[in-house]
Amino acid sequence: MSRPGFVLEVDERTPPLLVHEGEGFRLERFPLGTQVIYPPDAVPGVPDLDAAVDAALAGPEGSAPLAELLTPGTKLTIVFNDLSVPTPPMAAPDIRSRIIEAVLEVAAATSVDDVELIAATGLRRRLTPAELRSLVGDRIYASFHPDHLRCHDAEDRATLTLIGSTDEGEDVEVNTRVADSDLVVFVNVNVGAVTGGALSCVAGLLSAASSGHLYGVPGGEIVAGALPDAGLRAADERMAALLEAKVKVFRIDSTLDNSMFPSRLSFVYKREWEWSLKDQGAFLTAQRANSLTPAKLRHRLWHNLRAPYRVTGITSGEPGAIRTRTLAQVDAQQRTEVSGQSDIAVFGLPYSGPYSVNSITNPVLVAGLGLGEFFNAYRGRPLVRRGGVVILYHPVPLSFHPVHHPSYIDFYDEVLAGTTDPSTLSQKFEKQFAQDEWYRHLYRNSYAFHGVHPFHVWYRACRARDYVGDVICVGADRQAAARLGFRTASTLADALEMATGSVGRSPRIAYLHNPPRTLADVR
Amino acid sequence: MIPAVEYHRSALRFLAARGASGRVSGVLGDAVAGSLAPLRLVNLPDPKRPAEGWVRVRPKLSGICGSDLALLSAKASPYLSPVVSTPFIPGHEVVGELLDGAGDVPAGTRVVLDPVLACATRDIEPCAQCAAGEESRCDHVTAGVVSAGLQTGFCADTGGGWSGMLVAHERQLHAVPDGLSDKAALLVEPLACAVHSVRRAAIPDGASVVIVGAGTIGLLTLLAVREYAAPGAVYVVAKHKHQHDRAVALGATEVVDPRQAPRVLRRATGASLHDPERGPDYLLGGVDVAFECTGSSGLDAALRLVRAGGRVVLSGMPSRGADLTPVWFRELELIGSYASAGSRQEGDGNRTTGDFADALVLAGTAPIERYVDAVYPLSQWREAIGHALAAGRLGSVKVAFDPTKD
Repeated sequence: MSRPGFVLEVDERTPPLLVHEGEGFRLERFPLGTQVIYPPDAVPGVPDLDAAVDAALAGPEGSAPLAELLTPGTKLTIVFNDLSVPTPPMAAPDIRSRIIEAVLEVAAATSVDDVELIAATGLRRRLTPAELRSLVGDRIYASFHPDHLRCHDAEDRATLTLIGSTDEGEDVEVNTRVADSDLVVFVNVNVGAVTGGALSCVAGLLSAASSGHLYGVPGGEIVAGALPDAGLRAADERMAALLEAKVKVFRIDSTLDNSMFPSRLSFVYKREWEWSLKDQGAFLTAQRANSLTPAKLRHRLWHNLRAPYRVTGITSGEPGAIRTRTLAQVDAQQRTEVSGQSDIAVFGLPYSGPYSVNSITNPVLVAGLGLGEFFNAYRGRPLVRRGGVVILYHPVPLSFHPVHHPSYIDFYDEVLAGTTDPSTLSQKFEKQFAQDEWYRHLYRNSYAFHGVHPFHVWYRACRARDYVGDVICVGADRQAAARLGFRTASTLADALEMATGSVGRSPRIAYLHNPPRTLADVR
Repeated sequence: MIPAVEYHRSALRFLAARGASGRVSGVLGDAVAGSLAPLRLVNLPDPKRPAEGWVRVRPKLSGICGSDLALLSAKASPYLSPVVSTPFIPGHEVVGELLDGAGDVPAGTRVVLDPVLACATRDIEPCAQCAAGEESRCDHVTAGVVSAGLQTGFCADTGGGWSGMLVAHERQLHAVPDGLSDKAALLVEPLACAVHSVRRAAIPDGASVVIVGAGTIGLLTLLAVREYAAPGAVYVVAKHKHQHDRAVALGATEVVDPRQAPRVLRRATGASLHDPERGPDYLLGGVDVAFECTGSSGLDAALRLVRAGGRVVLSGMPSRGADLTPVWFRELELIGSYASAGSRQEGDGNRTTGDFADALVLAGTAPIERYVDAVYPLSQWREAIGHALAAGRLGSVKVAFDPTKD
């Protein structure tokens, strides 16, 4: 039994606390009374993974066992989520490869030979052959790629099918192979440290136009007082229900522990007052080596990290039926109860987010990471109260990956230079970017995110931005932060001083000690 | 005797100015380069009228042009050396006062100067180009009654605007309307060049245009494009904030930073962007017509922004090489545009047309008077040249001399 999550109230005995800031970290001394939210210690992994996979397939919830769903002639499509989860990527072998192998064994045993594998990339970039191989393993890759193993293409009209509209009038256009399948097996890694856990399998299989319903411009939910991610969740559920009404979906969720870093960085998992001399030495060595390493090499070292996650649970069955159990497993690893909202929430942003795996966390993605991912790492209510202040730690370097994020460069240079208002930029620019032939070409043939992707990231960040009163970046590039509409501070003390205008001189401060992943269950 | 800032041949100064302009960057470098220019302030006898038809002009303002600066900072091509005669008084952008009557125009009239020294001014039979009305292309700029010189301001015998007096042929002079200020009149010559560039470009209706550079020539080209063509979008590549604002005021569709130009124009034109192993990005697709108005690296940039079969007009005097591969690969038209096409009498002889005459009219209606925002006496030629070299960074457009000031 691992120790549960814990909320520390900073007092005079509290040592400086570890804070991530991009490709680096620091020890920061927080004001007295700050609530520091630690996740539970790593929960035990499944002792026999293969047995757990077999058991999940044989004993699903709300569904017959997988073998009974398959008959000779069944058109089977296996959908799996891409490199955007988990971050950092999982050390080989990826759990997806084990599960997909097990599914293929069941399919082979039932003489199913019409099998296709699709990476649910949505509007994210295609995976390189090496990345696909890392997800599905060598054997599957060698057997299925390229004809029967591929990435979803949200712009290929020939492989998209309109399956209907939701009650809210959202046209749902999905991958044709999925729509035409007799059975869709969704192999999902769920690290859902966001409201309500991972999205449904439909999110990564939509056309570009239908994706707009999920991630489109913020609308009435902000005005109506709903929580920032509520609209996204509701739209996802409506669209998933439509797909599941048309196609039989068998979902296999796996959950992971919090082992996000290799053993040499094990101090990351520990509470600072429990650091041994060895941990302190490891921290100082890592910090010193990190600061002395040339920037390019440092970037490569960070992005080459592979996390030694252990699988904490595998659940399969009808998507609605397994949701509760999956979320319970996520909660067991990440959830910490917090009493009440704070005036100020502090987030230390790490080197990578879901859209910058093997890439660069550009300024727009920093906003997405801070206000999209970290802000939404809550249950119940956001960690910070409406009108409060978010303090982010990240250098926000003015750097972009030219292959992965071409439209982000133009979005930052042209769009955000004129306005950060989501409604304005939606009306003025979104269509241009969405229909830009060059972006389409790069998305479909190179390894670029879709042209409209930065808008979706920005809209999600804006939902949180509209909720809070101010966003202050500690240690950020001033020009880049200003372009995002954020203020910049050199130190935490400066940031807190700047925040007094919004939250007064005695604010209640909460620091989400993340990573490792922490989910604040705010009561 | 008249005061004059004189250009003289000096190998030492040539090398020093070239070194300073190339190695010391920023405003300081420009100030150093200005001080090292092969110029000297001298007192000279009044220039002599070389033949009938020549008159004396007292400059009131004389601008410092990009071609002057290229010469003074030793960046100009040696190609031009046979068509200048030294020592000479620079200054070919001139608004002045007639000291002698010129035909029907009485002494005391304010005039602007069309600086081209073509056959008619040299008192010789017209060459084929002059006979065809293309005096800016004159083949005889080294012959006749005055020494070699492509223009006033590069000829040893005519004097130039950076002095208390010059001589000019009657055909070179245009009376300035009363309503036109001296500062606005000073810009008539570069505006005529811009009008000429636009006519050389023959922009099809609705075509997209990019103007690379937003100094004097770039801004005036934008003005002329809006006046004498019916383009679609007009993009301006501008380095500095004040240039951005001025271009917007003159009707630019969008003004972009040089570093962002390929990406912005890619989006605007639906082109694709490509990143060669070495050198800047370029477009496949792009704008229809480009004007190079920097006199330096703008040509290379312009060639990379134009669609296949597009047109690139060289408005600035080239002082730096460019990779001409796009001209070959994309089958671009590279069009030179030098000075302005001569004025012509039309109808009953009361109406003058041509680039210069049109520029004179346009200068009276356009909001350009404030472009002349730094005026120096001749005695401060070092500061003036330094300022002109750094004009963009210092927020200026046109720096000029006022030879009437002490």
